Amino acid sequence: MKIIQCPLNGPRPLLEFVSAGEVRNAPDPDTCSDNEWTAYLFNRASVPGVKREWWCHTPSGYWFIVERDTARDEILATYDAAELPARAGA
Amino acid sequence: MMYRLPAVAGEWIDRSRTLAFEFEGRAFQGFAGDTVSSALAAAGEMTLGRSFKYHRRRGIFSFANHDANNLFQVGHLPNVRGDVTALEDGMRISAVNTRGGLARDRARFIEWLAPFLPVGFYYKAFHGRNFPRWEQRIRAISGLGRIAADASRERTPKRYAFCDVLVVGAGASGLATALSAADAGAHVLLVDENARPGGCATWTGAAAGEVETLVSRVVESPRIELLPGTYVAGVYADRWVALVEPSRMTKVRAGAVVFATGVIEQPAVFRNNDLPGVLLGSAAQRLLRRHAIAPGKRVAILTANREGYELARDLRAHDIGVAAVLDLRADPGGDSYGLGDLRCVAGVVPEAAMPGSDGAVRALRVRAGETIACDALLMSVGFAPASALLSQAGAVMQYDMALQQHVPVKLPPGFFATGRVNGTYDSAARRQDGRDVGAAAAAYAQGGHAGTHAARPERTRPVSHPYPVFPHPSGRDFVDLDEDIQVKDLLTSAQEGFDSPELMKRFSTLGMGPSQGKLSNLHGARILVRSRDATLADTALTTQRPFYHPMPLKHLAGMGFHAHRHSSVHDRHVALDARFMTVGGWQRPEYYQVSGQSRADCIAAEARAVREGAGLIDVSTLGKIEIFGPDAGAFLDRIYTGSFSDLRVGMTRYGLLLDEGGIVRDDGVIARLADRHFYFTTTTSGAASVYRELLLWNTRWRMDCAFVNATGHRAAFNLAGPRSRERLQALTGIDLSETAFPFLAVREGRVAGVEARVLRAGFVSSLGFEVHVPFGSAGAVWDALMKAGGVRAFGVEAQRVLRLEKGHAIVAQDTDNLTNPFEAGMGWAVRMQKPFFVGQRSLRIHVRRGARQKLVGFELAPEQVASGAAIRESNLLIHLGGIAGRVTSVAQSPTLGRTIGLAMANPSLAAPGTPIVIRASDGRLVSARVVRTPFLEAE
Repeated sequence: MKIIQCPLNGPRPLLEFVSAGEVRNAPDPDTCSDNEWTAYLFNRASVPGVKREWWCHTPSGYWFIVERDTARDEILATYDAAELPARAGA
Repeated sequence: MMYRLPAVAGEWIDRSRTLAFEFEGRAFQGFAGDTVSSALAAAGEMTLGRSFKYHRRRGIFSFANHDANNLFQVGHLPNVRGDVTALEDGMRISAVNTRGGLARDRARFIEWLAPFLPVGFYYKAFHGRNFPRWEQRIRAISGLGRIAADASRERTPKRYAFCDVLVVGAGASGLATALSAADAGAHVLLVDENARPGGCATWTGAAAGEVETLVSRVVESPRIELLPGTYVAGVYADRWVALVEPSRMTKVRAGAVVFATGVIEQPAVFRNNDLPGVLLGSAAQRLLRRHAIAPGKRVAILTANREGYELARDLRAHDIGVAAVLDLRADPGGDSYGLGDLRCVAGVVPEAAMPGSDGAVRALRVRAGETIACDALLMSVGFAPASALLSQAGAVMQYDMALQQHVPVKLPPGFFATGRVNGTYDSAARRQDGRDVGAAAAAYAQGGHAGTHAARPERTRPVSHPYPVFPHPSGRDFVDLDEDIQVKDLLTSAQEGFDSPELMKRFSTLGMGPSQGKLSNLHGARILVRSRDATLADTALTTQRPFYHPMPLKHLAGMGFHAHRHSSVHDRHVALDARFMTVGGWQRPEYYQVSGQSRADCIAAEARAVREGAGLIDVSTLGKIEIFGPDAGAFLDRIYTGSFSDLRVGMTRYGLLLDEGGIVRDDGVIARLADRHFYFTTTTSGAASVYRELLLWNTRWRMDCAFVNATGHRAAFNLAGPRSRERLQALTGIDLSETAFPFLAVREGRVAGVEARVLRAGFVSSLGFEVHVPFGSAGAVWDALMKAGGVRAFGVEAQRVLRLEKGHAIVAQDTDNLTNPFEAGMGWAVRMQKPFFVGQRSLRIHVRRGARQKLVGFELAPEQVASGAAIRESNLLIHLGGIAGRVTSVAQSPTLGRTIGLAMANPSLAAPGTPIVIRASDGRLVSARVVRTPFLEAE
């Protein structure tokens, strides 16, 4: 079982976490077309590679970011969601 | 023929304790410390099993847990491995895979059919229309032990463990590693699948003194836990390792893992290399030093390394006659030193082993026609690394041409290899390498950084013959004894295009038997690459997966443990003879059994009690969430479809939660307790996930509010019915009058002396109060409410009927993952004009597109009910010969005396009064009529 480094709770087993999929920016609901909106809702890029994902440590209810390489099944980094704008911009 | 010797120094058997057992109906005796196979060998039994496919006689071959042809039925236990299973007094043992006993196995005729059963024949022959017939036939013939369906259940404990360094293999290398890691301060777990530590020193006797010293230091070390008789079944992510002990599985998390797994001796391939009496040299040494068993009186040794000559010296030291040492190499070098009086032949090419009248080996014929008489033929021609676990861990193995062995060239962080599996054979070098690796592994486990272990030490001498394969034109030259696979089978596979190890494995079943190719994969690959003019250096072997040895299912079976939650007044429900059902992990009263009454009557009586007086239901299982902060109202506006920032303090409002696709996800009641404080409920099954989802949304939105999941903090009871007000008023100072406590209001105060939040609710009846109290005080409140007089407890089933009468849909029962709120008749709860809420964008599309279905109320015509037509949930609506919807809820209403229900129907059928047809479970078409909801306007 994998160990995930929770930024709040330290290293914990995978069993204690759930994932909510990739961090994705919703298009502006007031200006986007129906096609853009449904693409956001239903389409996911399943190409293996480095993904930035939402993960939750369920006992503490803490959501944070996991960057992992799905091609190599390797966790590259975990950090608090507050760092997301800086990291995502980089 | 094998026989027992007088006491051998260091033997594992206890000659003072005799064990009696039965084998194939005959009585035998062995000693404590014997395995099943060794006890039989000591009695001179050479044939211990029949082979899987051709039912050939097979004896001891590896004596190292790879003897897939020595599987036994012991009582109700199938496929017991004779080479490693300790003998017990009174065992009743028989060979598996025979018809009519081991000696006269009637299925041995199959060998004569062999010419008609070439490799892959079953892929080609047994398909198509006749497959089921063939399958039946083959099943009758094949298979190993019997499963006793009436065997008692064995509970097998599971344990979790942690260590800094896990060392796999307690030979010289592993022992040195463990000591070195412990010296560096690490807590070490040292496991070995053999019953005793010491590795090959326990059977070759080489450097036995030094190894004994290591063992005693390990035993004395307070930081090393030694687990003999334990194998590693699998290596999983982040050094999560499954250890299997005889009666327990341990899941261990290791800071670093060192593989000191050693090597597995490989057979030579030639005609009749499977005869009883033909076995590995190391197998003979294990039998000799552990169980004092001689392989025979006139032993021939087929060798290609120094180990074969050491074996000859070892046998002679124990007064066992050696007929000859036959070396495959043209030049044995100095390996035969000191064996001048012994017949040593170099450059031998084995042609065939020859069976005697008992089926065991009596001679070996070599090329040039000579025949060497022998009653045992020991093979010492090379080794393969025991690298399956390394491969599971992700190691990259490469074939070293100088060593003729695969060695790890790249190991993932935290994994180390040492000793012979790493290509180091010299015993002093192994101890030094072990010390270095132990220090490096401890450093990794303690610091998490890569250790300083240098590149693998130099390899001293080749010990493995590059190609000990001597095919015979007439076959019976076995590469894989598990599955009776011969050289020609592999060549045919390659010719048919299955010319990579992975493809060849699937087509020929090489390496797919119980020993998983530990004695055959390497030779199979050698044969393949030679036929392709390739080399092993550029050929990848097959992927190794868990489990290392076949795993008894008892270790994999769960404990039959199902966690469920009890509400604060569970004991009251039990006292009332509640019949429980599981809802969202909780045990909820389905109804309360009244003795002498049917289930339906109990439910109907409970429902009537609510309609006519007052009923009490435990709704503690509802999710309960508190939200605090200046942005609390604004946050709820964005989450739920309704508007909450404008909700007055002291009032509640229905909350409908959608997903981003506009699908109904959850619902509840949201109460505003203060300007910056809301308290709200979710469905029972949605409690955990809705709370988590709210946290995610606010992690994204960063609004100024905070959440508390109060689901377990508070119990909640719904007192419902026309008399609920007067019953509750007697217990509380809160003014419950219509003017002071209107519909949808919420009040805080005391009920039965306990701090409570009281919500006016209308889910099951027009008048009702939900009382939310702290979990610990809930029992007193329940008791007070029940004692109020004229209050009857009701369960989930009655609640379903009551809410159906009121026309209320239940999320996830009357809606599904395709239902939007307009289709479910919940459009009234949606404020589309709000600037934003989750799901709003999608609802705009849904609104434009129009409803594809509508949730409608229906009732059956009275004559249909009288005819006994039973409609159930999920029955289909039929219209114009097609499916036009489905029933989502249906019940016999005790109040109305009619069968009523909700159905998700085609919008064309939604108008009240429309006749509809429902296909009942028994296929009958039942007519019904769409009606307006609620079915019951007011009580």
